[in-house]
Amino acid sequence: MQEKPIIRILLAKPGLCTHETGVKLLAAGLRDSGMEVIYTGVFQEKDNIARVALQEDVDVVGLSYLNGGHVALTKGVIGALQEVGRGDIPVIVGGIIPKADIEPLHAIGVAGVYGPGTAIPDIAEDIRRIVREASAAPALAP
Amino acid sequence: MTALPQAELLERMRAGEIGALARIISIVENERPGFEPLLRGLYALPARSNAIGFTGPPGAGKSTLINAVIRCLRQRGKTVGIIAVDPSSPITGGAILGDRIRMGEHVKDDGVFARSLGSRGHLGGVSRATRRIVDLLRRSCLDVVIVETVGTGQSEVEIAKIADVKLVVNAPGLGDDIQAIKAGILEIADIMVVNKSDLPAAASTKRHLEMMLMLRAANRDVPVLATSPLRNEGIEALVDTAESLLASRIPLDSASNRADIRNMIAEHVANTARRRLGLDGDPALAAQIDALCDAFAVGELGMNEITARALRLLA
Ligand SMILES: Nc1nc2c(ncn2[C@@H]2O[C@H](COP(=O)(O)OP(=O)(O)OP(=O)(O)O)[C@@H](O)[C@H]2O)c(=O)[nH]1
Ligand SMILES: [Mg+2]
Repeated sequence: MQEKPIIRILLAKPGLCTHETGVKLLAAGLRDSGMEVIYTGVFQEKDNIARVALQEDVDVVGLSYLNGGHVALTKGVIGALQEVGRGDIPVIVGGIIPKADIEPLHAIGVAGVYGPGTAIPDIAEDIRRIVREASAAPALAP
Repeated sequence: MTALPQAELLERMRAGEIGALARIISIVENERPGFEPLLRGLYALPARSNAIGFTGPPGAGKSTLINAVIRCLRQRGKTVGIIAVDPSSPITGGAILGDRIRMGEHVKDDGVFARSLGSRGHLGGVSRATRRIVDLLRRSCLDVVIVETVGTGQSEVEIAKIADVKLVVNAPGLGDDIQAIKAGILEIADIMVVNKSDLPAAASTKRHLEMMLMLRAANRDVPVLATSPLRNEGIEALVDTAESLLASRIPLDSASNRADIRNMIAEHVANTARRRLGLDGDPALAAQIDALCDAFAVGELGMNEITARALRLLA
């Protein structure tokens, strides 16, 4: 009886960066756009992110980075999601992303890349589109 | 993931498949197509475990305490399921679900399943779906089910309907005056917890609670236990007390199964009545309800008669 399904997003910070301000602002912004934001703190390993995504049955996983390693870390998370049988969950990436990394991120299957200065309502809008398209796409066998 | 036939999903859940359990929770929470046969199949199964509720003011340390309790239960060989409810914004419907931050040490453990829920506009800290999801976990493959809710007015009473054993978690400084001990909270508590007992004010908070309980819940024996997850103190005693209460509580048989279904139906009836008595469609019904309101306002009909007639109208 839920008229519009509420989008559930897991926000995670892989890697070793401890600055939480950006991801917390994003969490608050997405909440204000009507989403349920699961936040698990800093220092998340790829396997833990995948395990949480599986248990929480999220619609999308958002990764936040401030200092490099985006492509390799993201690739790791996507692989971990596939390993737990949830390679169907779209992954998005935000933070300080060098221009040169955007194309490679898309190439490994990232559904959305949001550099610094992307307004949160625009990110929210794009997430809605991504989730809509993902649920319309023919689902993978579990 | 493709949609799986309900029976197969349930079977896979009972066999311990995390993906199946997670998917069933989503179907039930959102009342997605197929949720009804799923619920039916679910309640046809006997419960395997009972639920322990942790409620209390924001910041009392509920999640941190639950984390320590999980550690203790795991040492005793029990598998654990956790449902953590955080308030949804009444305006946007969004929520930040952050209880997992405190429970991170168990994320690699296959014997621990956790799910975060938004309260989704429901009065108090418990979503409409919480009861069904707790009943679901009690029928999955887990030995103990834990529910965390923020204690905000209504929700203490709601948690009382959902959990078999209720812990009210207090912290020094958060509620030492009588105002902060909300009506209802002493009545529902099976165990009072003074958490953060490493803080200096803990002893006086404990005395204060004991006095309140003596005055207000004279005929019930409610233990007041001090815990400090920070120093790992008092956790074993808390788990001992909760487990012995659980053991003396509801047996897991077909009678309790029927009680679960009855509670679930009662909640659904209440929700349906509220929705239909509210501003919901049907002008003919609305006119009849209006007439009932007027009859009550002028003292023509009493509360019991109004209720009986309203129920007849909705039938
Ligand atoms: N001194 C002390 N602080 C603690 C203890 N347990 C938890 N805390 C702190 O209390 C704060 C709140 O802890 P949480 O576990 O998030 O509290 P909560 O009741 O789950 O909070 P909400 O879910 O937001 O209602 C954190 O900063 C914890 O570090 C303890 O035993 N001693
Ligand atoms: Mg909490």
